[in-house]
Amino acid sequence: MDILLDSINEMIAPATAAFALAAIGLNFHFGLTGLLNMGHAGFMLLGMYGYAISTSRGAPIWLALIIAIVVAALFGLLLGWPTLKLRGDYLAIATISAAELIRYLGRSNSLQSLTGGSTGIRGNDFKFTFEELSPLPDENITFLFWTRHGSLSSSWWLVIVSWAAVALFALLYWQLARSPWGRVLKGIREDEDAVRALGKNVYSYKMQALVLGGVIGALGGVLWALGNSVQPDSMGRPTTFWIWTLLLLGGAATVFGPIIGSMVFWMALVAVKGIAGALIPTSVLSPVEIEPFSLVLVGITLMCLVVFRPQGILGNKRELAFND
Amino acid sequence: MTDMFEGVPQEPGAPKPDPIVTADKVHRHFGGLTAVDVAHFEVQRHAITALIGPNGAGKSTFFNLLTGFDEPQTGEWMFNGHSLVGTSPAKIARAGKVRTFQLTKALNRMTVIENMRLGAAQQSGENFFRALVPGTWKAQETEITDKAEVLLKRFKLWEKRDDYAGSLSGGQRKLLEMARALMSDPEMIMLDEPMAGVNPALTESLLDHIVELKDEGKTILFVEHDMHMVRRISDWVVVMAEGKIIAEGPPQTVMSNPAVQDAYLGAHHDTDLSEDAS
Repeated sequence: MDILLDSINEMIAPATAAFALAAIGLNFHFGLTGLLNMGHAGFMLLGMYGYAISTSRGAPIWLALIIAIVVAALFGLLLGWPTLKLRGDYLAIATISAAELIRYLGRSNSLQSLTGGSTGIRGNDFKFTFEELSPLPDENITFLFWTRHGSLSSSWWLVIVSWAAVALFALLYWQLARSPWGRVLKGIREDEDAVRALGKNVYSYKMQALVLGGVIGALGGVLWALGNSVQPDSMGRPTTFWIWTLLLLGGAATVFGPIIGSMVFWMALVAVKGIAGALIPTSVLSPVEIEPFSLVLVGITLMCLVVFRPQGILGNKRELAFND
Repeated sequence: MTDMFEGVPQEPGAPKPDPIVTADKVHRHFGGLTAVDVAHFEVQRHAITALIGPNGAGKSTFFNLLTGFDEPQTGEWMFNGHSLVGTSPAKIARAGKVRTFQLTKALNRMTVIENMRLGAAQQSGENFFRALVPGTWKAQETEITDKAEVLLKRFKLWEKRDDYAGSLSGGQRKLLEMARALMSDPEMIMLDEPMAGVNPALTESLLDHIVELKDEGKTILFVEHDMHMVRRISDWVVVMAEGKIIAEGPPQTVMSNPAVQDAYLGAHHDTDLSEDAS
């Protein structure tokens, strides 16, 4: 029973929502436009830095959010400018290295005063503007089976705001994907030259998609930071791969795919960990080994998914599948 | 032979009475290999012009140069009196010169009707900010859909309206690509091997569609290997070999030009090599 409750708790956790939001951003890149962005964590980290650094320097919350958005948009423009004229693989290479570059810059000693180096920025330095806005009481609140603080850190307040943001951007995706703008992006996903031959400025559309998805990723990063702290190494390559995994798990090019994918992925990880911990005696697997073991199990499940259901949980195989 | 070609000399680079496309000294080489070296070239307005030649003659490269998909090292080429040097493919398409591809580029994982809608020019909902407000583009979308449906009926794709383009046959994809190109009401349509991979049963209707386009006042330039098609529908034939234009003329006579026969069949094409000849 505890395992079930823990799993459900993980399913609604702010971090799950943050990953769902980041995956919605990646869905604009990959699901809609076919861009292979392999550095999504870089956008998230930039958003986190933009928000946290400006808040700790006294910026109000709206300004900090705008700064996070602008920084991510500039990063998208800078990345796309040389790479979007080239074939898709080049974008993948450029984004993966650019994201690592951001992380290494963030944790370097020379930027210690700004980014806090490898220790990052403590939650207390930038969470207060968000927590002050909370209408919920300043105490632990139990809702059904789950207890969270009303306003502090990974709070009910953050749960509400995070999922509201996810809903808002899922709505945005839905609206844009069925608009003529989204149709051009889908055309680019299928064949750039065909769309060019129909008189559309492909470069400009790819840039718009890259910047928009990157900005959404940065906002996902801000949400994640509000539940944890700013720590550059938490936004390394594995984070990007998790976002890819949960997007493909839920179903790319769908409205709810990123959301379902994130919920199922994080819930499954907790459930597998819980069940493995309960069933496997410590003489066989020590508690320290449970974590990597459950990641292995999740990995195997994902491989099966790719083999047997390449379009993900919600995806349409005829529109976008993993293995074609 | 149609009247508009009366008095046009049957020689490479012949001037036409009313050219829509002209090209001068277009030169494209890949490293040391010269792919296209055209001194002068004109396409007559409101006519069907065929561009033929043996494999490796540079037809497709020349075609790509004319549509902006490739850029020559030197040269000057115009469409409707405007220079197209350095113009992007998208701008050339918007100027009224739309092309199709040898390897059909139907957008497979989109439906047939969505393919068609994408072909429309000036849908204001293709702007990001307007896309957010459906009110600004819904009316236009209805108009575009009506137009697309008329074209789908004409090209016998109506039953396929909501199918994914990937489920169509090779010939149907060619038809879809042609219909899609018509969505923007282009003045000129450039077809790159429209018959490649088309089931013979569809060939006739494809040919009729191309002739119909001419009757509507459009200009057509196509690259083709199928000589039957060239003879049946073209008004004028331009022959390329080794990057150069080697002959021009009406379809009935151009193939008897000795330069063309040599280019196609080699200088020894009359020698019978079959066993019972010996």
